[in-house]
Amino acid sequence: MKNISIRNNISSALRKLIDGRHFVIGVPYFWFLILALVPLLIVLKISLSEMESTEVSSLIEWANGWPTVKLNFASYMFIATDALYYQTYLSSLRYALMTTVICLIIAYPFAYFMARSPKHIQPTLLMLIMLPFWTSFLLRIYAWKTLLVNNGVINNILMSLGLIQDPIAMMNTPFSLMVGMVYSYLPFMILPLYANLSKLDMRYLEAAADLGTSPFKAFWLITVPLSKAGIIAGSMLVFIPAVGEYVIPELLGGSDTLMIGRVLWDEFFSNNDWPMASAVAVVMILLIMLPMAIYNKYQAESKA
Amino acid sequence: MKTPLKSSLRLSEKHATKSPVTMAVSPKMIKWFSQSWMLVVYVFLYMPIVTLVIFSFNDSQLAAVWSHASLRWYAALMKDNDLISAVLLSLKIAFLSALISVFFGTFTAFALNRYKRFQGRTLLSSMASTPLVMPDVIVGLSLLLMLVSLQHWLGYPERGLFTILLGHALLGTAYATVVVTSRLREMDSKLDEAAMDLGCQPFQVFRLVTLPLLVPALVSAFLLTFTLSFDDVVLSSFLSGPGYSTMPMVIFSRARLGLNPTINAVATVTITVVTIAVLASSFYTSRQERNRKREVAQAYSDMNK
Repeated sequence: MKNISIRNNISSALRKLIDGRHFVIGVPYFWFLILALVPLLIVLKISLSEMESTEVSSLIEWANGWPTVKLNFASYMFIATDALYYQTYLSSLRYALMTTVICLIIAYPFAYFMARSPKHIQPTLLMLIMLPFWTSFLLRIYAWKTLLVNNGVINNILMSLGLIQDPIAMMNTPFSLMVGMVYSYLPFMILPLYANLSKLDMRYLEAAADLGTSPFKAFWLITVPLSKAGIIAGSMLVFIPAVGEYVIPELLGGSDTLMIGRVLWDEFFSNNDWPMASAVAVVMILLIMLPMAIYNKYQAESKA
Repeated sequence: MKTPLKSSLRLSEKHATKSPVTMAVSPKMIKWFSQSWMLVVYVFLYMPIVTLVIFSFNDSQLAAVWSHASLRWYAALMKDNDLISAVLLSLKIAFLSALISVFFGTFTAFALNRYKRFQGRTLLSSMASTPLVMPDVIVGLSLLLMLVSLQHWLGYPERGLFTILLGHALLGTAYATVVVTSRLREMDSKLDEAAMDLGCQPFQVFRLVTLPLLVPALVSAFLLTFTLSFDDVVLSSFLSGPGYSTMPMVIFSRARLGLNPTINAVATVTITVVTIAVLASSFYTSRQERNRKREVAQAYSDMNK
């Protein structure tokens, strides 16, 4: 009797374990735990270790049969005291902020005009924004090199028009970096803004006009506040990845355009210093944590 | 930003006495301004792509100076075995990664949409959006360190195709989740309920009702994740081992050294393929949409007979 009840219990427990709901939730949970959460915890762990010839030290040491945790803050101390890291973080944030602001200035009117164009051409306009997305990002960044170098397309055109005598040095400067960043991230700003502005209820503006508000005032008092969610979503989608950008500064930036993604890359690949690279990553995550929280909050609100 | 709305402008013309500011800006000027603003942005977006294509037919060794038209870089491309094997590896990884991403992305989208309350739902949704916003270098570094620890304990996996694939699949799953979620949200839950009322088991509902309706979303998720994987250079550089160079890795290492006309030729080939694929898929989705509408209309007319 007892045997049967145990068997029943086990089989019902098993059934419960693999029933639809648990299965559907369990599979993605497992996937993301292993590939997204655990790796970040490992980065945190390694940032607190030190490099021992080819391996990183273990955090737990066994002394007299008792485990003792040994945390090593050397990497963080180094980041905190070395001026280069401080400057690099600051300049990464500055470049990311500049990219976000320039993208917003270009994208807001664009998305606004797009949302006001005739309904039947809007899908085409949207597809034309998405189309460059499908072409390799790397190739498009490379193309800017062809355009911006000293004997490149833009300088050649300007010189043949007689506007300039000598080529302007645009490559490997903060200017070329910003062009590449704005170029790559512009669609990420346009799309959420367009999604938001195309849903705007025109009756608010008509009501405002009826009540005697000038269109310019109505724009600032009604359209802009109502599109706040789009502005925030777009800004975060540009700002967060821009902080850690590696490819664009590597291809278009100069040696003096400091970006933290490059520092991380060099610590890892050139210096082989894993704890240092991890500490750089942890500090970067802390810096983008706040914008990410804002983004998630607004995403949740817009879904609700 | 100086331009008021067209429709509110029309209204304010009626109330011209109330808002004299708008008198200065005519609707024609607004139209001109908005159209030229849009044109400039489109030129900005397409100029580099057009340049790539034009200069792929340039005979000169100097990649940015036009001499005369030739196909010599395409000929060079045909003989470039490093690049060709890299393209094949990229295609293989992109295909597998897109399959895996769509599979897990659909699961994630279902878990988050069909079950509104379960323990750790917030954790799942934030884990699923982390790869979307996290800088590539961090995703690459963290995955690599995880795989290295795994290898330390288990002796597996070796860095190579499999590890690159895992990285791309993680990124792809996050994007596929977004695509499938947006489709699930706009889908009519009445259909599911009707199927259940008619005695379908949950899995049958999924197989017979939900899945067929999801197909367009799955196709676009597949295309998107394929492109993401085919495009990625940072994750691949972290996760690949000796002998496994994807196409973007090869292009990146050449582009770092300077301009290289073979890259223009590769670019033109991929742009052509991508454009054809995008056009084909948009044709497919619009036909799908037409068919669906026709079927709905048919169903209604049958009902009214």
